Amino acid sequence: MSATKSYQEITADGLWNNNPALVQLLGLCPLLAVTGSVVNALGLGIATILVLVGSNLSVSMIRNFVPEQVRLPAFVMIIASFVTCAELLMQAFTYELYLILGIFIPLIVTNCVILGRADAFASKNPILPAVTDGFMMGIGFTVVLVLLGGMRELIGQGTLFENMQLLFGPMAANWKIVVFEDYSFLFAILPPGAFVGMGLLIALKNIVDGHLKARAERNKVDEPKPTVDRRVRVTG
Amino acid sequence: MAFIRVSSPHLHRPLSTSKVMQTVILATLPGLAALTWLFGWGSIINVLIASVSGLLFEALILKMRGRNPLPALKDNSALLTCVLLGIALPPLAPWWLVVTGTFVAIVIAKQLYGGLGNNPFNPAMVAYALLLISFPVEMTQWVTPAALLDSSVSLTQSLSAVFGGAVNAPDAFTMATPLDGFKHKGALMADEYWVQNGFQPEKVWEAWATASIAFMLGGLYLLWKRIFTWHTPVAMLGTLFVLSLLFYGTDASNYASPMVHLLSGATMFGAFFIATDPVTAATSNKGKIWFGIGIGVLVYVIRTWGNYPDAVAFSVLLMNFAAPFIDYYTQPRSFGHNKARKGIKNEK
Repeated sequence: MSATKSYQEITADGLWNNNPALVQLLGLCPLLAVTGSVVNALGLGIATILVLVGSNLSVSMIRNFVPEQVRLPAFVMIIASFVTCAELLMQAFTYELYLILGIFIPLIVTNCVILGRADAFASKNPILPAVTDGFMMGIGFTVVLVLLGGMRELIGQGTLFENMQLLFGPMAANWKIVVFEDYSFLFAILPPGAFVGMGLLIALKNIVDGHLKARAERNKVDEPKPTVDRRVRVTG
Repeated sequence: MAFIRVSSPHLHRPLSTSKVMQTVILATLPGLAALTWLFGWGSIINVLIASVSGLLFEALILKMRGRNPLPALKDNSALLTCVLLGIALPPLAPWWLVVTGTFVAIVIAKQLYGGLGNNPFNPAMVAYALLLISFPVEMTQWVTPAALLDSSVSLTQSLSAVFGGAVNAPDAFTMATPLDGFKHKGALMADEYWVQNGFQPEKVWEAWATASIAFMLGGLYLLWKRIFTWHTPVAMLGTLFVLSLLFYGTDASNYASPMVHLLSGATMFGAFFIATDPVTAATSNKGKIWFGIGIGVLVYVIRTWGNYPDAVAFSVLLMNFAAPFIDYYTQPRSFGHNKARKGIKNEK
């Protein structure tokens, strides 16, 4: 990671090219464990974004004062403090969701995305790029979480956005969309469904990447064509 | 295309994949006939729905993968998977259960891993396990043996149960299997359970034993045709027999007898038709023995102390996991070498 990365590159990396969930495959434990529904996924995603931005900011600020040898404990201390903040905030504002997510909120500390970004990016870059990186990685992670949560909720119990009031207050109680009445497919809610869903998402990303690459190559071939195709006819 | 089903020396045998699969399908017929005779039309309807939907899914997914579907459809492997799944599912299972199963077996467990020969897990058992954890109610309603019903389930009744949805499935037609009943016998002693039971366990027991023996006959036919070797089935059945004999011998009032373990549930079907799958099992003869022993132990452990009454699907899947590992440690001695290569130590 060089310090010369533009903000556009950082954004593209976080959201797509180096997406923490789909490419780096980091933080799979919460990713697979709590994505049974959209609201769980979104709740954990938002908490992760908060921690990621906070830790990247702090790590970037102290990057020149922490000796190389003790950097990891220092980073983990910072991350743990932010996770505690996130946990207390969730207890204060979204208590029911906090109860549902349970152990996976404190476990954000061990989410490799956060330590990974702190060590690989924030500790080597100035504050603003580090914060951008944290935010974009967090968004990329959350988008995958919510997609997977939506997929599993839809396939598993035939609804979407159930219990959104846990996160957005009473007015969100009627956001629930019932797609299939009286339906349940337990597999999608259980952990194996998370693995299969994750595999399908990664496969989808690979397909899209393949198409993008093919298109880029086609454009590359197309462009020089007019100059190349002037052949000199030598016979007849 | 032909499988390499045995370790070297590889002798030429004029047996194509298609022919092998065809023979195995043929060998399921006695078992299928027995199931139909004992439990009504359900199993045949299952197999038909499974085959039609499975072949459609196979053609569809191969098209999506950019392959020519015809050769793969002609090799009968998808058909075999669907037949096995159809037999494994409870008769009178609703049609969507069967279709979901074939989708999982063909699309996810087989083709997403790269098609025939590349699937690490037995497709039919993946589908069965998935259905079992997803739809426990539908998957544990096995039909009452025809011998216990006043009038056996007619074809139209079966069809209406299958296509009319689970709501219409008459409760009178379904009951617990012997293994299921034994699992939930509660505080009753085993002999008490066999004696005082509402639905005449002897008749149920006879029905299951007959079906098991029919499947065993099919399996012996395959053995005679040399579709597979004796190692896996013998090791699996032997282990199950020894283990159940051991526990039954020490405490006959709490453990099911060896005969119950061998002749009910999916034991015979699993031993001869599922565990012998050439793709997902261990390869060498020694490996096959360990593979069979593993399945036998797991079946006994899960049946006796686990949450599920039967365990063939889970045991086979778990041993499929272990098959590469077993293969690694059971490589046969190759010609010209004093000792067989074993594991990492002799790797250099």
